[in-house]
This record gives sequence, C-alpha cells and structure tokens, in this order.
Amino acid sequence: MFGILRTLWLTFLHAGHRRVTVGYPEHKPPLPPRYRGRIILSRDPDGMERCVACNLCAVACPVDCISLQKAEQDGRWYPDYFRINFSRCIFCGMCEEACPTYAIQLTPDFEMSEYLRPNLVYEKEDLLISGTGKYPDYSFFRVAGVKIPGKDKGEAEREAAPIDLHTLLP
Amino acid sequence: MATILIDGRACPARTDENLLQACLEAGADLPYFCWHPELGSVGACRQCAVKQFSGPDDKTGRIVMACMTPVTDGTILSIDDAQAREFRAGVVEWLMTNHPHDCPVCPEGGECHLQDMTVMTGHDRRRYRFTKRTHRNQDLGPFINHEMNRCIGCYRCVRFYRDYAGGEDLAAFGAHNDLYFGRYEDGALENAFSGNLVEICPTGVFTDKPFSRIYSRKWDMRGAPSVCAHCAVGCNTIVNARQGTVRRVINRYHDAVNRYFLCDRGRYGHGFTSAPTRPRAPMMRQDGIPVPVSIATALERFAAMAADGPIVGIGSTRASLESNFALRALTGAARFSTGLTQPDHDLAMLVPALLRATQARNPSLHDMESADAVLVLGEDVCVTAPRLGLALRQTLRRAAYPAADTARVPHWMDAAVRMLGTDAPSPLLVLTPAPTDLDPVAATTHRAAPDTLARLGFAIAHRIDASAPDAPDLSETEIQLADRLASALRAARRPLIVAGLQYANAALLHAAANIATALHAAGTDPALSLVMPDCNSMGMALLGGLPLDDVRAMARAGRIGTLVVMENDLTRRLDATALHDLLSAVPHLVVIDHIATPLTHVAELALPAASFAESGGTLVSTEGRAQRFLPAVLPDMPVQESWRWAQHLTHTMTDSPHWTDLDQIIAAMAQDITALSRVGSAAPGADYRLDGRRVRSEPARISGRTAVRANISVRDRPLPQSPDTPLSPSMEGAYTPDMPGALVPFYQVPGWNSVQSLNRFQQEIGGPMRGGDAGIRLLDDAPQALPDWHYDIPAPFSFGPDDFLLLPEHRLFGTEELSALSPPIAARAAPAALRLGTLPAGLADGTLASITLAGEPVTLPVRHDPALPPGIALCPPHLAARAFNAPIRVRLRRVDAP
Repeated sequence: MFGILRTLWLTFLHAGHRRVTVGYPEHKPPLPPRYRGRIILSRDPDGMERCVACNLCAVACPVDCISLQKAEQDGRWYPDYFRINFSRCIFCGMCEEACPTYAIQLTPDFEMSEYLRPNLVYEKEDLLISGTGKYPDYSFFRVAGVKIPGKDKGEAEREAAPIDLHTLLP
Repeated sequence: MATILIDGRACPARTDENLLQACLEAGADLPYFCWHPELGSVGACRQCAVKQFSGPDDKTGRIVMACMTPVTDGTILSIDDAQAREFRAGVVEWLMTNHPHDCPVCPEGGECHLQDMTVMTGHDRRRYRFTKRTHRNQDLGPFINHEMNRCIGCYRCVRFYRDYAGGEDLAAFGAHNDLYFGRYEDGALENAFSGNLVEICPTGVFTDKPFSRIYSRKWDMRGAPSVCAHCAVGCNTIVNARQGTVRRVINRYHDAVNRYFLCDRGRYGHGFTSAPTRPRAPMMRQDGIPVPVSIATALERFAAMAADGPIVGIGSTRASLESNFALRALTGAARFSTGLTQPDHDLAMLVPALLRATQARNPSLHDMESADAVLVLGEDVCVTAPRLGLALRQTLRRAAYPAADTARVPHWMDAAVRMLGTDAPSPLLVLTPAPTDLDPVAATTHRAAPDTLARLGFAIAHRIDASAPDAPDLSETEIQLADRLASALRAARRPLIVAGLQYANAALLHAAANIATALHAAGTDPALSLVMPDCNSMGMALLGGLPLDDVRAMARAGRIGTLVVMENDLTRRLDATALHDLLSAVPHLVVIDHIATPLTHVAELALPAASFAESGGTLVSTEGRAQRFLPAVLPDMPVQESWRWAQHLTHTMTDSPHWTDLDQIIAAMAQDITALSRVGSAAPGADYRLDGRRVRSEPARISGRTAVRANISVRDRPLPQSPDTPLSPSMEGAYTPDMPGALVPFYQVPGWNSVQSLNRFQQEIGGPMRGGDAGIRLLDDAPQALPDWHYDIPAPFSFGPDDFLLLPEHRLFGTEELSALSPPIAARAAPAALRLGTLPAGLADGTLASITLAGEPVTLPVRHDPALPPGIALCPPHLAARAFNAPIRVRLRRVDAP
C-alpha cells in the first residue's frame, strides 16, 4: 500500500519539474559552431576549391571512409572525385585536423539520416559548398610556392622574385 | 671487422666504410642528404654531424661529418650528444629556410627523405620570417617534373646524372642561394637513366610526371615485387597499383643485378597495361565480325576447333615460363614453337650453350662493374640492355681504386677517387657498327660491319692464344687494332667480353666465346656476357621448341588444325606474305594476348590475358637468372593469366594436367625440363609465411577502404584472393626488413618513409638483402666440357655502290614492343629514318629513299651519319615496316618528294 502511494507521489512530483526534453524537430537544439556534424568541402576566398587532394584527410580517417583521386590543372591540384561514406563516418574530426588547407570542415548539422545506406555515400558535388566555412581568409595557394594561373613564381606571401640565372652579379 | 662505440653501444663495423654507413648499419637514426650508397660521400650537406671522441678520457670530443670520417677500430662517437644534435638542427633549419610551403601539393609528400630527416632532427617550427628565394621551373620532357623551389642543394642529382650515368644536359648553375639544377634550356633530359632522379632527389625537385597524372600517395598503393619486361637484363622492380590500375614502377634493389637504378624504358614502359585498346573480353568471330563472348562460349568454340585437327602452339619470349610451359602442355612438346624465326631461334639456342661451355664467368651486372677491361663486340648495349650499359660505364672507375689505395683514399670518398681516376680510366673497347652512348668514354671505338667485327674478334682471340683460329686476309689497320686490343685485354685481371643478338650474327658470339676462352687460357679471370633480346628469351631457349619456320612447313603440309598464338605478335616476326601463307593454311587461329595486335584482330578467338602486373610468373634474364614477378593487380575475369587460358583450352579435351596455382605448374615444369629443374627456388611459393602470416602487399596505413568502392556498392566486398602469391591482398600480414628479397612489396620502416629506408633491408649497405636475394641462376649448375675453338670465321664484308647491308637500329624508346605502347615512351620515340654512312650519288641528307623491307617498298628520309662504316644502312626495326628480319641486303632508290 505504501509502495503504491509512494509511486504516485513521485510521479506527481515530477509533473511539476522543469522539462528536460526538447521538442525536436520543432525546437532545434543550440549547437556550437565547432560541433562535429556533416562534413563539407569549402572554397577559398577567391571561390576556388580549397581541397588540393593531398590525401591527408583520407589517411587520418580512422574508419577509412574518405577516398579521393588527385587531378591537376596548371599546377593546381584538386580532387577528381572526393567521396565520403557517411554510413561509416564516426564524426571524429580527424580529417579536419589533418587538412592543411582548411578545405574539409565539420559543420553543426547532423540531420542526415537516410533509409538506404547508398544514399549516405556523398560525392564531391554533395560535399562542396560555395563559401569559405569557418575560415574566411585562408588561401593555401597564396602561401604555397607553386605557380598557378594568376600567381606566378615569387608572388606568394614572403617570396622574393625568381632568381635570374643569367646575371653575373653575386 | 672493427668495433665502434655509438653512444656507448658497441657495434660491429667494417674498416672500409664511413661512420655514417656504420651508424645506419647499426640501426641508428642519423640524418643525411648528400650521401648515397652508390654515389659515395662528398660531405656537402653537413647534416650527418656526430661527435667523435679521441678516447675514453675525452669528454669534450669534436664534431665531425660522419659520412667523411672512416671507421677505425675503437672509434667512439655520439649521435645523441647535445652539441651534435644542435648542429644538425641548425643545418636542417638553414636548409628549410627557402623550402616552399607546398608539401600538400608535392608528389614526394609521404615518401620524402627531407620530410623524414626534418622530423628526425626535430625541426618543427619556422623561425625564418624573411622572403624565400624562388626559381622558375623547366620543362624536362615527358618523364620528369621540375619544381626547383624545393631544392636543398645536396648535389645528388648532378652527381648521379653526370658522374654516374654520364649525362651531359643536367648541371648546377648559379651559386650560394641562387643554386639551380637544370638544363641550359627547356627540353627532355637526354640520358637513359633520367628517371632515377625521382628516387635520387631527397625532396620533390624531380618527380615522376606520368605518375603525377594518376597520382596516389605511397601509403595508398599496393606493391608487388616484379621483374622488368622491357629487355633481357631482368631488373627487379616494384609495381605500385591502386584501384585496379598500375600507377608506377620503381626500383627494387637486387644486390647482384640492378641495385639502385633502373633505365627509363623500364620505369616508364608500363603504360601498355592500361592502354585503352587492351582486350578485356574474349572476342569470337561470328560471321566475320569479332563479338565479345563469355568464357564458356569461347571454350565451346575451341572444343569445336580442336576436333578439326592437331593443335600447334606458338609461345613467346615476352611471356613467362609458366605460360609457355602451359601452352606446351596443351599442344605437346612436338607441336610447340618458340615463336622465333629460324635465325633468331638458332641464335637463342646458341647463347646458353656458349655460356655453359665457355671457360669464363657468366657475370651478374654487379660482377661486370668490377671488370678492369671491357670489350663490347657488336652490340649496342646502351639500347638493347640499357642497365647493362650503365654497369659497363662504372668499370671505367676500376683503375682509380688501386691509385686510391696507394694514396690511402677510401673508395667511398667519391670526389677524390673520381679525381684520381680521370688520368687513366680502365679500358672500355667498343667495337660496333654504329655509334653508341658509351663512345665518349671508350678508350677505343671501331666502326665496322658485324662480319668484319667478328673477324676482328677472332683475330683478337688468336693474338691472345695462338691456338685460336686467326681470321685470314685482315687489313693492316685491322691487324694493328687486333694487336692493341688483345694486349689491352691480356693486361687486365678481370676482363669482360660483351656480345649479343642485336645484329643476329652468330660469328660475333663465336668470336666473343673464343676471346673469353683465350683469355682464360692466358691465365686471366675473364667474364663473358651475351645479351638476349627479350625479357624471357633465355627462358625460352632453356624451354626449347620448334622454330617458326617449322610451323610454317607444318601449315603448308596441312598438319595444323588450330594454331594457338600466345603473347606473340607474329606480324613483327614474319613479313606480310609469309604470315598470310601461314594463316591461310591454318583453319583456326586462337590468340592469347594482353595487348591489341594485328593478330588479335584477325583471330577467330582472341582471349584477354593478364599483363606482367596482373599475373605471377618467372622470367629468365640474360645471365640465366630465373626471377619471379607477382601480381600487383588481381584482374577481374575474364582477364586471366595466359597459362590459365592455356589450361582452360587443355581442359576442353582432357582433364590433366590440372594445375590450380602457380606453384603446381612450376613444380611440373621443374620436373619436366632438366634445365629448369631449380626454377622453383627463384622465390618463395604461395604457401610462404613470415611469422605465420602472409606478407602484406599494402602499407599499414592504406586509406579509403570503406569508401573507394562505395559508389558501386556500399557493402564491403571480400578481398580478391590469388592462389599464386604469398602476398596478402590487404594491409593485413607480416612485414619486416628480414623478408625475402623476392617478396619485398615496398620499402618503409618507422621514421624512414622514402626509398632510403632500403638501408634497413640490407645486410650491409650495398650488400645483399637481409632476407636473401631474389632469383636463382640456372646456368651455373651444368658446366659443359672445354669446347674446341669456334672456326666459322665469316668472309670479309663487301658491298656495292648502291647496295647496303641494312642493320636494325634498336632504340631506347620506340622499338621495344611493349614499352612503345606506353604514352611517355611513345612521346620520346623519334620517327624512323634511314641512316647511311656514305650517301650514294643523287641522295642527300633529308631526301627520301625507297628500300624493300619485308617484301614491301618503304620510303624513308635519309640521314647522313659519317660515323657509320661504308656499306651499312641503319633502320629502326618494326617502325618503318612491322616485320623486320635484319640483317638484309637492300638497294636504295631515290624518291622525289611529292
């Protein structure tokens, strides 16, 4: 008898407490900007693909869910294809840490459930956004010493003009 | 053997090496850049600084460059010493001041010696805040990418290219920070070994251009030990593959064969494996049109063919022993052909007989490098066996070593030893019809027709040993030359005679054998090397079979029901008329090949074979070394090994033999063919286990396994397995520096990700592999009795005013069958021309002339080459006319340009 009364008492007591449950999806939870959700590929401030297909994200990935193939256009490396198998991804953010160009970024979006696993395989078209993401200013090719269209040798940051091999001056 | 103390640890060391070598052999991590095991020490980079103490009481010590300090017994040194560490950190920081911020877009990244050494030194922060010097790059041709910003100025590239490989067109320009390594202007690097710059350069200045188009990081590629298929030297290679395609070929160290270097044909010739024209499905002729069919349909058709009469098989000198043996099992030994025309067949059979019978060493490539006099008799080894040519170039240095010993200069002290050797290089005597790349360094060159050279060879043998037959009717100059060459060879202790099959002249081989025999009788220790044309010519010679001419006779007699041609493009062997006669006399033609040839297009049944990168097999090199290659790619059916196709065809008629894997067929072959009885020991079989596990074929950190096929199917697929290889198909498996040399799929040890990690895999630097060398020499075990002298001395060469002896002008790029299909090699192949020493009246340089080649009139531009002897014409084989059976007499006719 006491047990029944105690249970009822506790139940009614909880009815008066503040609710913990969020009314998702009507109410979106507040997520910090550095939340590790859906992975995107960003562009540099000039609107070009930031990814240089260096393969460091792929090798950093503990579940091996990133695959890409390097291609090249006038000295600029880019991925021919870039594939993330989100049915394997554990959202650890290692790829973002490994990326030397801030191309691959994790975003505060986790709403990517699918009924079919193949739909969780994202190709470059699905991953590439048109903005710079979290890092608005960085452009890898502005600091890297390779020549690309629009940036000759010696025009990167902290670079001297190319050596003239024909000069006899010391 | 000396003992040295490295940081208090007693390590064995050899007194003929330097401290850097000793430290590396002891397993210590000591960074270095400019030292290379094959190039020696110059002390340029100052990176390998260690502290040396003069005795146990010396607590101060002094900093020395390990690579420039010889080992002495009881040397006490410290790598860990704080001052030495600080010194090395300082050096690497200076080297890095101008290094561009571009590792992510550098193809060297992940296998970069500079990355490894920077990490090893602990340099992880840039303090330099000023501007970096930059350089403009050059276009160095289809093989090499140039990115001079990355240069750290170690001088390895020019030391290899100029000093070691004899190249002229790469040099150091400028000084101090402006130092520039390149050509005097844009253009393809001319040397045949330019591809080695990719492995020589410790950073990403010189990178592999064809590989860059299909780039993959080192950690992402499967590797498999392989053997080069583009000449008969049998250089060991590693084939790297990813996603079912061959990405690149790199050097695999073999102590006695290719050691650290490959030629460009071997490195860049693999493009034929991914040619778009490659047959990928069985093609069967239905109503005259080839249509792709299933394996079952193809075999049904073959069963119907087999009922029509006897089956004759034509093997190939570019196919593995196993494939040829399986074809022989299909047809029976009496109906198996070597696929060589009678002259080529006879010459191929002659080579192993001569090598066994002659009382001279049959040298390995490394053995050749220690010859102190070399006679090249009628073979342009620089194009028919390029790596052998590079070995001959190293013999020039032999004379410097005694001088260095006298001056007490250790042999690894590269600059000093080279300086001592410039006065008197060892004699290199080049007797060839046409100029060769060795001419500039040769002590004597002589140009003459092959017959004349053979006569000269006989005369030399006679002058060394009077019982050898002399060539009659020699001219005065020839007698003088023969006297001079004979005395040069006699003066040597380890002379080397090199001849070959390039000009299809048996007298040259006989003369070479006579010289070797005479030198042996004269008390020297001679070596005789005979160069075969194809990667498995020697294997085919040991396997035996009928010449093509016998097959033609059988066809004429109507004794062939089905002709099975395996990996042999008969259009290169037989002229159009002969081939037409053969094919029209044969009711059914089956072709098994991995490249598209004119033959695959006319075959009733064309079966897609696996290339060397997709199959396992054994090749026998020109020194008789049987070496195994293993699959780097496991192809999807219906592409399969030629021997499996041959076996499928056999099983349409009978159930035996039934070989399920490579080891079974090797065992059967060893039992059946006496000469090949030991071929099984060329490499460990598929049941080999290292620490109880297979050897892994992929680096531990291969990436993208769950994504690479996800666009096709998101479900994991079991890995394709092959019963032919002891390598596992994944990164699971054993991998230690002690693995057998025949199974090394890639070189990597912790902290050493570049090819320099090879040091850890060797018993001693530059010595055999820790797990044993690959391959087995087959010709050593059956020496034959001392032969009589060879007496078939040819008549002097004669020629008329308009008629010429046409000789094949083999080229490094373009005349070899498989590599010619590789795009970068094709880009370097020059168009065909007719080179003449003397121009007949009415012909000038650049005019067109017509000759009859393989029964067809062929028009070619004429090039005047004053270096050629009179009466000799040179034409690249298989370029102007597909079939080419030189030497032939041709008559020139002037053709006026339309």
